[in-house]
Amino acid sequence: MAGKMPNNARGERQAKTPYSAWTLLRQGLSAQAGWSKAWEDRDPAPHYDVVVIGGGGHGLATAYYLARAHGISRVAVLEKGWIGGGNTGRNTTIIRSNYFYPASAALYDFSVSLYEGLARELNYNIMFSQRGMLEVAHDEADLEVMARAANAMRINGVDIDLLSRDEVLDMVPLLDARPEIRWPVAGALIQRRAGVARHDAVAWGYARAADALGVDIIQNCEVTGFDITSRRLAAVETTRGRITADRFGMAVAGHSSVLASMAGFRLPLQSYALQAMVSEPLKPCLHQVVSSSVNGAYVSQSDKGELVMGGNLDRCPSYAQRGSFPVTQSVIASLVEMFPSFASLKLMRQWAGIVDASPDNSPIIGPSPVAGLFLNCGWGTGGFKAIPAGGTLLAHLLATGKHHPLSEPFDLARFTTGRLVDEAHAGVAH
Amino acid sequence: MQQFPCPWCGLRAENEFRYVGDAGVPRPARAASDAEWAHYLYFRTNSKGAARELWIHSTGCGRWFELDRDTATHDVAATRPMVP
Repeated sequence: MAGKMPNNARGERQAKTPYSAWTLLRQGLSAQAGWSKAWEDRDPAPHYDVVVIGGGGHGLATAYYLARAHGISRVAVLEKGWIGGGNTGRNTTIIRSNYFYPASAALYDFSVSLYEGLARELNYNIMFSQRGMLEVAHDEADLEVMARAANAMRINGVDIDLLSRDEVLDMVPLLDARPEIRWPVAGALIQRRAGVARHDAVAWGYARAADALGVDIIQNCEVTGFDITSRRLAAVETTRGRITADRFGMAVAGHSSVLASMAGFRLPLQSYALQAMVSEPLKPCLHQVVSSSVNGAYVSQSDKGELVMGGNLDRCPSYAQRGSFPVTQSVIASLVEMFPSFASLKLMRQWAGIVDASPDNSPIIGPSPVAGLFLNCGWGTGGFKAIPAGGTLLAHLLATGKHHPLSEPFDLARFTTGRLVDEAHAGVAH
Repeated sequence: MQQFPCPWCGLRAENEFRYVGDAGVPRPARAASDAEWAHYLYFRTNSKGAARELWIHSTGCGRWFELDRDTATHDVAATRPMVP
């Protein structure tokens, strides 16, 4: 149904049918006729308090927290395709906060904490399963580097433990235990609160909760130009008309530079394809997320039984949403070396998303060079885990015009002052 | 696997090459401002479409060269020795 749905006197919309065992039972007895739509596909109004460009996890979360935490509900989320159809629906769903620098650990750990309460807060089962993530060490030197990282992470307040070789092999019996292989298991770093969630549910849950609070979710609406008057962003031109707003936020992942260039500035970003792939479904065989940065690959098993695999960025900048063969090959070769029994599996699907990598592997959150336009970009390979934090921080900027203490270190200015948050060279996996 | 043209060795498999960065980015004068240095070091056009890039034929002849490549289609338009 097109057109605006009526709001009640307080600007809030009619409550959604709550998702619970009780409503499930009741709807089952009444032919499933009483469910409200999770969210409406709205037409754009000419003006909003805030326009958020990008209907992925970060954009939808931003809109939700604007309405929930700041009481700003005249908000539109503009999505060029369908919500959650970009990187939110393409990533490997890992949530963790094992970061080296205090600023990053604070940011990502805040995100993990929000994820821990998110299903309840949104009344949407995001299937967050804190099954633990292991980063495998392959020799004595590896272990020493990991011990250093573990100490730093513990000082940062993140739950990290070092595991011995025997503990790792007990926990993950499918790992190749032979000591004579090229990369034998020497131990591992584990974050027990890390895990995986259902990525689509994160997008849909935020969309449903934001819609209930009065946010307009507008799909098939691509921003094609910026109207900047006296260095301030006044309006966006879109494929569905011109929209004015008091403030704009952009959370467009791999296409941040494309939008920035429309607005007349450049960003310290380079877009790359990051690929992922899944095997045919299996019975449960791998409980944790297992990663090896030496091998450049990681794997977890989804609730459907597929092994979800990924590795490093592709080898050169790209906006083509497909992965290049050498990386596919190296991810699979590495995993088969670590888990010999996986060699007999068939690969079901392989795909890629475009991520924007920053020089220090840390995000950029803060004002842009154009007044009235705020940035949430540069998450590189790890944006999914940061969705609740990224949304909270961009909403704070859009509502107050000022940084939240957690986003302060991630301002664009760090590239000029030299105060990088250099996770790229911290010696831990990303 | 894609093949890239090295100006000296001809078409070779993509995993023989290493991407370096944007070509034609001039180093600023020593007295340049912090902002100018930041732009030289970190800020990129990162264009969707035609790009002029610097590459190394790392496991081949080891030489640097320029590649005109489309980042949306991965098509290569031209290759030439690096312009110093």
